[in-house]
Order: sequence, then structure tokens, then C-alpha cells
Amino acid sequence: MAGRVEGKVAFVTGAARGQGRSHALRLAQEGADIIAVDLVGQIDSVPYDMSRPADLEETVRQIEALDRRIVAKQADVRDFDALKSALDDGVAELGKLDIVSANAGIFSFGTMEELTETEFDDMLAVNLKGVWHTAKAAIPHLRANKGGSMVLTSSTAGILAVPNIGHYVAAKHGVVGLMKTLALELADDFIRVNSVHPTSVNTDMIQNAATYALFAPDLPEAERTKETVGKRFQTMNVLPIPWVEPVDVSNAVLWLASDESRYVTGLQLKVDAGQTLK
Amino acid sequence: MAGRLEGKVAFITGAARGQGRSHAIRLAQEGADIIGIDLLEPIPGAPYDGATQADLDETVRQVEALDRRIVATKADVRDFDGLKAAVDAGVAELGRLDIVSANAGISTQMAPTSQLDEAMWQNMIDTNLTGVWHTTKAAIPHIQAGGRGGSIVLTSSEAGIRGYGNIAHYVSAKHGVVGLMRTLAIELAPDSIRVNSIHPTQVDTPMIQNTATYDLFTGKAGSTKEEFAAASRGVIALPIPWVEAVDISNALLFLASDEARYITGVPLPVDGGNFLL
Repeated sequence: MAGRVEGKVAFVTGAARGQGRSHALRLAQEGADIIAVDLVGQIDSVPYDMSRPADLEETVRQIEALDRRIVAKQADVRDFDALKSALDDGVAELGKLDIVSANAGIFSFGTMEELTETEFDDMLAVNLKGVWHTAKAAIPHLRANKGGSMVLTSSTAGILAVPNIGHYVAAKHGVVGLMKTLALELADDFIRVNSVHPTSVNTDMIQNAATYALFAPDLPEAERTKETVGKRFQTMNVLPIPWVEPVDVSNAVLWLASDESRYVTGLQLKVDAGQTLK
Repeated sequence: MAGRLEGKVAFITGAARGQGRSHAIRLAQEGADIIGIDLLEPIPGAPYDGATQADLDETVRQVEALDRRIVATKADVRDFDGLKAAVDAGVAELGRLDIVSANAGISTQMAPTSQLDEAMWQNMIDTNLTGVWHTTKAAIPHIQAGGRGGSIVLTSSEAGIRGYGNIAHYVSAKHGVVGLMRTLAIELAPDSIRVNSIHPTQVDTPMIQNTATYDLFTGKAGSTKEEFAAASRGVIALPIPWVEAVDISNALLFLASDEARYITGVPLPVDGGNFLL
């Protein structure tokens, strides 16, 4: 049976690990070739270790093990020229572009009163402006392709507010505005634009000491385990689970990327275990 | 490769034709067995013919041609006891229930709200809202009994997100479906039963391909299909006049499958960006 995105080419930002790697793998399993970028470096205001070159190399290895092609580059979504150059090279090599997953994102926290200028600016630069850059770099290729599907990664924080992450909430809400605008601007070219809104996802972005401290400030550090903190995470969801897995978001991206959703555009697709129902 | 719903059983209302038949076939293509019901009677005030036994027989034929099993019964979603008996019999025969598509719906009188007929209002609410509640009420005990969770998908409409002139009963019922969906999603989450709604724009079925619907969209009497297509195209962002039944089925398939195992409480428009305009 042909894959559900057989013969298509997908551009995934933040592809070195976590959700981005999972998206690249899931799309490749269903027949897509991949153009992958990642910062593979640290941003000082981010309180957990970000990806490294070895992570991106592992993504490449896993895609190639599926017998799909991948063009992987180091690129920063904050730098439009570098991002465009990486994507242009990928399209030159793989021949076209059908799918965009604007996935790259960072997480940090502090109340609106405490956040520093740098924390706020870094957040908006990566999680909102980086998404715009990704779309801007991709649009000419999607137009040349006479259609395509763009999936912007927002969050449940793009629908409701959560204390201590006001800059993240603002950026992720902004992604929704970007998505709706793009959906209208690109509809005549049959380029669909939708957003996905995950609840907590089981990746390094949440499985770290800093995030554990945010969720369980009352527990001694030694007692902040995946299990104890998981119970705190679970109180946010309606379904009886603490978090979703990266593949659950990937399956939503896959559906939105595939022709099964050929007439779906402008949708905010929650993968949130009912978090936003509360 | 195993189908995406291999081994599951799906209950579909309004399965004789249109979206319901398409749902039955699409889910069966991915490995599901089907319990299908339909009213199979004329609908008072509807500007199109009701589905017939021959229509339901054709759904049965097409599902069986896919080597899947189907239990198809004449039943009315307004009649809880009759509906429950049909589901119970289907589950007795097919062994379990995993998926529900509450799809049965009608379109009837089109008139300003102040001129809507009492009986037209009541039949609309009874079918398009109470019928959806009945469908879930009859299905929930079977899904719970399986202990494996499940997926309930309620068919709302673009008219469940926004208002339209001259179909207040339809708009009210379809908005009500969203309230039902959100409530059920919360109530059934502890059992890992997910509940979502689909919101189609115009779908190319007998329910819209009729002169009354053409006139509703164009605002003039005696409109042609071409005039309707142009008017309908004008309210959709993508350059299309309507979507096909299979597009709704593909959304249902995604929500019904384990690929959406943590998606609940979502209103999913399949509308070409209609609600953005």
C-alpha cells in the first residue's frame, strides 16, 4: 500500500529531536522525503539543554533507515536568510516542497513581572517570528508546487493562558493569528494552513529539572520524579494521562499534511487530552 | 498492512446514503465492521426525497464487497427504544462497539425565524439534536462494557459554529450538538472514550443538491446548480464550491482511529476555510 504522503517532500524545523524528529520519522514512514533544520545549539535564556549536532545526525540515520531521503542542515529560525538558504538547498536537492511543519520552539518561564527582556525577546523570536520566517521561506516553493499543506505548531497555550509562561502564551496565541492569516492569503493557491495544539508532550522540553520545579515547587528536589510530577501534569488533562507522546502530535501533522484533509484549512487541531475543555 | 481500524466495530446513523454511506464504506475499507441504521422514510418539509430501503441495501452491498460485516436496520433516531434495540442487536451480532458516528440529520423548511412552523422546529430538534443524544445514550454502555475506550464523533455543521439566515432550527440544533460533544468529552474521559464533532461546509449530497438549498444560498427563486456553486464558492476560502462526502469520512476515520487516541473535545471543521471568512 502506498504511504499516505508518498512522493511528497516535507520541511521540518526543530528536527533534531523531540516532536520534530518524530514528525520527520512519521512523515517518512508514510513516504515523504525530508528537509530538516535545527539550531543544534543553546539559547542562553532556555533553562534546559537544547539539541546538539549528534541529535540531528540521529534523525538523519533514522530517516535513511526508512529508505527515504533527507537533507539536514544547521539553521536558526531567527535568521531568515540562513533558513531560506537551507530550505532552498533542500528543495534544489529533493525537487519540490509539499509540506511544512513549523515545529521549532523553546520553553522558559517566569511571571510577567519577573521575565527579563532577553527571555521575552528570545521566546517571541523563536516561537513566533521563527514560524513566520519558516512560512515566508516556504511559500514560494509551495506556490511553485501548485499547492501544499503547512502545519504550525502552537500549543494549548495558544488557546488558553497558563501562569508563569506569559511570553510563551503570547507567542503561541500569535501563531494562531499567523495561521488564520496565512490560510486566507494562500487559499487561492490551494495551500492549506492549520495549527496543532498539543497539551504537554513527553520530550526533553518538559522532562527536565527546571520544568519539574515549576510543576512541583512544594516537593524537595529529590522527590520530583517523572511519576510525582506526572500526577501534577495529569491534573491539567481530562483524559487520564499526564502527557501525550510526540507520535500523537506527529499523527495529527500527518493527517493535516495528507490529501485526506485536502479541504481542511484554518483549523486549530487540539491534541490535548481535553485540557482546553477545563 | 493492517487497516487503521482493524478489528473495531462502528455504529453509524443515517447510513443509507450520502455521508453516512460514505462513512460506512471508508471505515470498512480500514477494517471496521459496521452497525448501520437509517429512517428510510420521507421527511416532512424536506426539499429532497428520503432515503429508501434500496439505498440501505446498497450500503450493505458495498460494505460486504469489502469483506466486512454489516448489521443494517431500519430505525429512527427520534425513537430511543427502537434505536437502542438496533444497537443492542448489532453489538450482539458483531461482539463489541468502539466507534460511533452520529451522522443522521435532516434539512427541512427554510424560512425566517418568525415564520418557522412549530412542527418543523420540533422535528428538526428531535432529529438533529435529540437524535444525537439518543445515539450516544444507546451506544455508551456498549463502549464502556468493552473497557477499551472508544471514539464518538458527532456530525455538527458549519451551522454549529456560525449563524445562517432562514434555518434557525438547523443552526440551533447544530450548535446544540457542540454543547453535547463538550459535555460528553468531559463525562467520558475517565473511560478513555473520546468525543469530537465534525463541522462540514456544504457537502455534495442530496441534502444540498436541491432547488430550495440553491435558493437559500443565492437569495433568489429558481436558482441553478451553477448559480449555487458560485454562491457556495463565495463563502469558502479554498477555490471549491463544496466538499465530497469522503472528505468528511476521512476526518471521521482520523478521529475514530488510534492515531487520535488523545484527541477529545475538538470541533473539527472540514470546510475549506469557510469559518475564516
